[in-house]
Amino acid sequence: MKKLTLSTLALSAAGSTSAFAQETRSIDQAVNETFATVTGPFVNFIFSPFPGTSFPWIVMWLVIAASLFTVYFGFIQIRGFRHSIQLVKGDYADPNDAGEVSHFQALTTALSGTVGLGNIAGVAVAVGIGGPGATFWMIVAGLLGMASKFTECTLGVKYRNEYEDGTVSGGPMYYMSKGFAERGVPGGKIMAVVFSIFCILGALGGGNMFQANQAHAQISGIMGDYPGWITGIIFALVVYAVIVGGIKSIASVTEKVVPFMGVLYVGTALIILLINYDKIGWAFGQIFEGAFTGLGVAGGFVGALIQGFKRAAFSNEAGVGSAAIAHSAVRTKEPITEGLVSLLEPFIDTVVICTMTALVITISGLLIVDPATGNFVLDGNSIATVDGVKGVSLTSAAFATGFSWFPYVLAVAVVLFAFSTMISWSYYGLKAWTYLFGEGKTTELVFKIIFCVFVVIGASASLGPVIDFSDAAIFAMAVVNITALYFLMPIVKKEMNSYMARLKSGEIKRFKH
Amino acid sequence: MSAKIVIGLDGSGSGERAVAYAKKQAKQIGKCELIAVYVIEWSPYSFQTPEENEQRHKRREEEIDAANSRVVIPAVDALKAEGFSAHGVVKHGDVADLLNAVAVEEGADQIVVARSSDGGIASRVFGTSTAKLVMTATVPVTVVG
Repeated sequence: MKKLTLSTLALSAAGSTSAFAQETRSIDQAVNETFATVTGPFVNFIFSPFPGTSFPWIVMWLVIAASLFTVYFGFIQIRGFRHSIQLVKGDYADPNDAGEVSHFQALTTALSGTVGLGNIAGVAVAVGIGGPGATFWMIVAGLLGMASKFTECTLGVKYRNEYEDGTVSGGPMYYMSKGFAERGVPGGKIMAVVFSIFCILGALGGGNMFQANQAHAQISGIMGDYPGWITGIIFALVVYAVIVGGIKSIASVTEKVVPFMGVLYVGTALIILLINYDKIGWAFGQIFEGAFTGLGVAGGFVGALIQGFKRAAFSNEAGVGSAAIAHSAVRTKEPITEGLVSLLEPFIDTVVICTMTALVITISGLLIVDPATGNFVLDGNSIATVDGVKGVSLTSAAFATGFSWFPYVLAVAVVLFAFSTMISWSYYGLKAWTYLFGEGKTTELVFKIIFCVFVVIGASASLGPVIDFSDAAIFAMAVVNITALYFLMPIVKKEMNSYMARLKSGEIKRFKH
Repeated sequence: MSAKIVIGLDGSGSGERAVAYAKKQAKQIGKCELIAVYVIEWSPYSFQTPEENEQRHKRREEEIDAANSRVVIPAVDALKAEGFSAHGVVKHGDVADLLNAVAVEEGADQIVVARSSDGGIASRVFGTSTAKLVMTATVPVTVVG
């Protein structure tokens, strides 16, 4: 395997283009192989199945936690839903706090970190492997995940650090160390350190490499195939300009364009569904039938279930702890209000947007069905598709069946989503990094440079190893975070009961009517 | 009972024209209190990065300090030096909504603002704060040219 040097690059440029293509291809391959070897053991551990079954223990871990929180908090995602919307609208916002971070802003900031490729590429992966039935389990996971999000974000605000200069820092690291100490439970600090390590890996994996990888897949799908490291370097330079160079204009433009793209994406999906309204009933039929039978997908109904839960968790990050970092900047005297607002996140992200994507893919007819049996035709582990498209390309092709120009819009959307997710995760990773190594310009710069290097690696590696590592790192965060949530959930319950009682008695006032 | 006039400041020449007119009115009325209001344009529905959120509280304090030290306190001090009874208010939010809200809260008799000096495309499409104030205010509004 040749290494990339300036001279080889120069020679390649001067020489034939085929030699250049071969050379660059081998760089991608080298990155890919090394990456898969290094991350393999970690990935295998996280996704190891329960002995004697094919069910990964980590998926069960997330589902049990979300179900437990749902019951423990008395179905807060249903009881508190209306009030959550009132809070986001600002009905309960004290006018004297105007100018501070509003509930709406905390929610949209957190959403810009989660809405993105998980909803576009992740859903395609879930449906491509687990069939339409995976959608059903994704929705179930999204609904249950609302309770996990509620728990972690309430704690995020309650135990954040408020510094003298007026800035705030919050997240699982803080509720682990402070919350455990308050309850007299040992080990909080150690958990905070372990969480921070996984958070850094998650930031580099799902929050970075997966994004760079799929952004490249999307761009090369339109511009023609070219080596991933080229996209990687361009992306890395722009990310560097924002997080190191402090060029706020790029970040603020992205923050303003991303919500617009989100609305455009959902709007287009809705139009495609309206045009094919006669197939919606059939598509839901496929989703429900596939949820329990698998419709011939690899692993049958368990395969659909695993894919649905995995991709939902990856998309909405409920129980992972990342949202607790994003939500902790809100201005409120009642931490529970931010918990309530945050439960809208899995709803918007998974129940609404992911379902749209899944419906469009199902309706598009790109998943090949055997007319004789009515089951899906398999191509290896995944469902065979027209033209063999998978991941974000499958979503793109599915939308193109409705609007042929949509892949171009989607490419722009994917790049912007990927970029905004990277910016959000660079912040989450940085918070974990500074928690471990202390605040300071040099320490921060080291992390930011590592982050940029991983952009290049992510764009160069192939989808399989990247997606495995991204999942593994993010789920590893959930192992530590959910353990902490179990210890701290009585605190959230106390807060919730007190708040709900005061809301009912009218002690908590509504400012807008 | 003394009359009260709310003056909309914007830190520019048009704000000064509003102050000049309000002073003239106050002299004619006699017993009149002047309330100098400066609104920092802000929306709870804007989109921000996590870093902006982290810094927000600090920035807000800085914005209020800057508005007070550069615009409101000098204006109020000047009014007091000329013998007027005056105080200042700084708020974040929508200019038209807040000028009216302050006027209602203080029980003011009128709001004096100057015609805004910006004539960009945005103001042509969405209208100016002055136009919105005139259309929505529940307190009499005087617009100084």
